Amino acid sequence: MIPVIAMVVGVALGLIINPTVPIYLQPYLPIAVVAALDAVFGAIRARLDGIFDDKQFVVSFISNVLVAALIVYLGDQLGVGGQLSTGVVVVLGVRIFGNVAAIRRHLFRA
Amino acid sequence: MSATPPRTPPDPTAAQDPDRASPDATPDAPAPAAARSADAAGPAAPATLPARIGARLRRLSAAGAAIAVLLALLGFGLVAQFRSVATDQSLDTAREDDLVRILSDLEAREQRLNTDIRRLEDSERQLGSGAQRREAAIADAARRADALGILAGTLPAEGPGMRVRLVGNADQVHARTLLDTVQELRNSGAEVMQLTGSGADPMRIVASSYFVAAEGGVRVDGKVVAGPYTIDVIGDATIMKSALTIPGGVVETVADDGGSVTMEPAAVVKVTARYTGFNLQYARPAS
Repeated sequence: MIPVIAMVVGVALGLIINPTVPIYLQPYLPIAVVAALDAVFGAIRARLDGIFDDKQFVVSFISNVLVAALIVYLGDQLGVGGQLSTGVVVVLGVRIFGNVAAIRRHLFRA
Repeated sequence: MSATPPRTPPDPTAAQDPDRASPDATPDAPAPAAARSADAAGPAAPATLPARIGARLRRLSAAGAAIAVLLALLGFGLVAQFRSVATDQSLDTAREDDLVRILSDLEAREQRLNTDIRRLEDSERQLGSGAQRREAAIADAARRADALGILAGTLPAEGPGMRVRLVGNADQVHARTLLDTVQELRNSGAEVMQLTGSGADPMRIVASSYFVAAEGGVRVDGKVVAGPYTIDVIGDATIMKSALTIPGGVVETVADDGGSVTMEPAAVVKVTARYTGFNLQYARPAS
């Protein structure tokens, strides 16, 4: 419950403050958001499986975000930033799909 | 179910397999019995609502706070990214063909606008020069109107000239003498003149002025005036004076008849009388 409230508070803050993304963060923020979403969906799934762990979630969340950003940064430095971003998004998207499928199986038994 | 805080006892499977973060947990991972028992016991233990909230706050560990902060950050980042994409001009994601087309569109538009600018600047110049021409024409027309007004006798005038006095009775200065005098003055370059009889207002002498012998004097433009006559004339005094004094001229004729003509050159002669006898019966402006 508290995480949901926290996320709602974050969204509300974003709506109120209406931040502009700094130019140096613009390549990384979308990937970081997708990576964080992947961590969140994995956490929901682990929660439904009953194997959720606070510390593990925090660590996986932060490392997901950092690794995704690092990959994009590396890709930018290597001149393949766009392709590598696409790759990261594809991988994360596959994982999100798998987690969502597991969640669906838990909730609907189907 | 949802009332349970996300705090569960440490998961043995997760603990012994750190690389498999909780998002990666396979669906068939065994759910520990301890979690189930916590789920079942959570809602039942505290009785009243404040007590439950207090219990939950007490159970809010550092990890729970970190999770809350992370999710708040995620929501914030999500909104920021949505906003930034919504305000983006989407040129980043446009294909090369589209970019080329947009660029050529912009260039064509720039050319059109440049053409417009040149055209408008041209018309501005034309209007400016037109205004200048119009002002020049107006000034010229004003000068012409002044000159024509002076010539036609509708405007007062002043300038160098002289004053001619013809003294004598009706036999010595007749209408013919006055006419001769005026003609001689005109021939010698007189531009403006007015005639003053004794005790009468000055009368402007114009192209259509006439002199007729009348009872007690001379009828000038329908008005009888008596001598002595004074003619104020603007022009070159020396030429006019010599024109009047040539042998057989006005001065000699009047002197032969017993009258006298005096001429006084002056630096400034003022002709204030205006001709008001315009009475055009037939002629109309042609344009």
